[in-house]
Amino acid sequence: MSVYKEFLLLKRDMGGVVTLFLMPLVLIITVTLIQDSSYKKGNDVEIPILLVDYDKGNVSKTIFDNLQKSKVFTVVTSIDNKPITEAVAKEAVFKGKYQLAVIIPSRLSTDLQAKIDQNVQKIVSSLGFADSSATKPKVKLVNHKEVKLYFDPAVQLSFKAGVMNGIDKMISQIETKSIYTAFQEQLGDENAKFNQKSFITFKEIVPKINNKDITPNSVQHNVPAWTLFAVFFIVIPLSINMVKEKTQGTFIRLRTNPVPNFIVLAGKTVMYLIICQIQFYMMIAVAVYLFPHLGLPSLNVEGNLILMSVVALFSGLAAIGFGILLGTVAKTQEQSAPFGATSVIILAAIGGIWVPVFAMPKIMQVIAQSSPMNWGLEAFYDVLLRNGTFWDLVPELFLLFLFFIVTTTLALLYDKKKRAV
Amino acid sequence: MNSIIQITNLSKIYKDAEMYSLDNFSLDIKEGQIFGLLGPNGAGKTTLISILCGLIKPTSGSFKIDNLVYAEHVNEIKKIIGVVPQEYALYPTLTARENLLYFGSMYGLKGNDLKEKVIDSLDFLGLLKFADKRIETFSGGMKRRVNLIAGILHNPKILFLDEPTVGVDVHSKNVIIEYLKELNKIGTTIIYTSHHLSEAQDFCTHIAIVDHGKIYAEGTPKNLIETTANARNLEDVFISLTGKELRDAI
Repeated sequence: MSVYKEFLLLKRDMGGVVTLFLMPLVLIITVTLIQDSSYKKGNDVEIPILLVDYDKGNVSKTIFDNLQKSKVFTVVTSIDNKPITEAVAKEAVFKGKYQLAVIIPSRLSTDLQAKIDQNVQKIVSSLGFADSSATKPKVKLVNHKEVKLYFDPAVQLSFKAGVMNGIDKMISQIETKSIYTAFQEQLGDENAKFNQKSFITFKEIVPKINNKDITPNSVQHNVPAWTLFAVFFIVIPLSINMVKEKTQGTFIRLRTNPVPNFIVLAGKTVMYLIICQIQFYMMIAVAVYLFPHLGLPSLNVEGNLILMSVVALFSGLAAIGFGILLGTVAKTQEQSAPFGATSVIILAAIGGIWVPVFAMPKIMQVIAQSSPMNWGLEAFYDVLLRNGTFWDLVPELFLLFLFFIVTTTLALLYDKKKRAV
Repeated sequence: MNSIIQITNLSKIYKDAEMYSLDNFSLDIKEGQIFGLLGPNGAGKTTLISILCGLIKPTSGSFKIDNLVYAEHVNEIKKIIGVVPQEYALYPTLTARENLLYFGSMYGLKGNDLKEKVIDSLDFLGLLKFADKRIETFSGGMKRRVNLIAGILHNPKILFLDEPTVGVDVHSKNVIIEYLKELNKIGTTIIYTSHHLSEAQDFCTHIAIVDHGKIYAEGTPKNLIETTANARNLEDVFISLTGKELRDAI
């Protein structure tokens, strides 16, 4: 009867029901779209960057070509049909009109070549390959060169680091290529033609299911994380439901009838757990069926749906336990709603929903272990990305269930201490 | 008559309060009485009812309901008491019928027995045609009547009523009082608080005038009027015992 009453209360608040089911879908679609497209190769939206070329040589041409080819950036070399100067670029970037400017110094190509030629010549001479009768060329002093990067102060550090690494790699490749070419020219022998392809390459080995590689994509990462985040938001309507009972007076009836409080709470738990599961299946359905129509990869749940449902069930229990505790302790909606929302965001932040736990400072990595959202997230990743079995999930499921038991018991004890005769 | 409620030296002081809400309060209520607890605001009436219903803890003292010590027989006692609080303790978005079916089920009533009781009670209190309307659409008087039914569906042996007629029109008040009298006739002991002294004078078989957490006088309405100098009615008794100053309390 308690479950039916909770069902009726929800049914009569259609605005609330729509919010409960629609907002998580909006959240998951928005966040996944944003996170999937950010800095992604082949992204429809290319970031315009300024390139100021004072070099006009091979090096600057290679940098320009590579940046264009990256499909991440659109290279802008003039504004209003006027070539960009360093001062103009600096002002535009620092005012946030552009996110990045690359300033290539004058004579970079010729000086780089000169420096490499000098070094190669020195090595070749020391090895005795040089013509001894030839007069030694006068060594010209070549100054150190600097490619300047201006970043919009608002861009994130991760973006900055990515761009700097990319440009650094590009310049290293140009230098290496120039060194090989210089050796070839100095040795003057067709046999000394070097293979300039990288000798060492990288290959990512990914887990397999049925001999099929499980290649993680942004959806596999984002959907579990944000699904969990949305499921935990059940804390707010549940705690408000309980606070309302206190302010409406129905709480008095619930406390003066012979039905124990834990039965009343069990009714709420069952109803809200059903909501959490429906939310979960709706989000999974959106990720599987709608995402491909939005240009996102489809969520691959092949063979994992049952385990994912188990994780969602236990995560829902943990969220409901927290909601029950909050609803028991809070006296007003003004206490429960902001506290519920803020604490869910904090638990999400600590749990690694936004920033992976391994990238957090040491102290936060320790604290992260105490967030139920971290347990839920790890369990989802075990299923979706690490090819985990039920037994791999047991530690996280146990912690989530323990969290539900502890929070609900605290709520019951608090209520008993406060009110019982 | 047998004692049905025995209160012995009951005291209650709320956290941060300067005065006791109940101060060494002792009272004996007999089976079958309609017992009125009358007093100004802040006298301790609601505190007493809240303690007797198990909603708050007393600071000291003890009480028995139907010869059972509350702390030791919570469940047995909860089954034989009915509570009609001052608030409309109903879910506003549920209909009258849904509210009553839910609260009735909490006392173990079920099936056709429960449904029939709900219909009969709604009919008696003139609400049957509104059974499937949401409580939020009801007037104050209608809510009060549903609030009363929710407390008596299980035929409690003892019924606690905290100002059951506050804020209702004369018609609703009369219907409620008549219904309560019928309940009393079939054996329900009623403990009732009110500010309506004339209503209490007609309705109650016994009255205790309470102030500052203590009993100032106790007896039948007739007896109280007769033993108070120059008193023509219960209101004169009340003023004589509690004074004329305002009792605004926070």
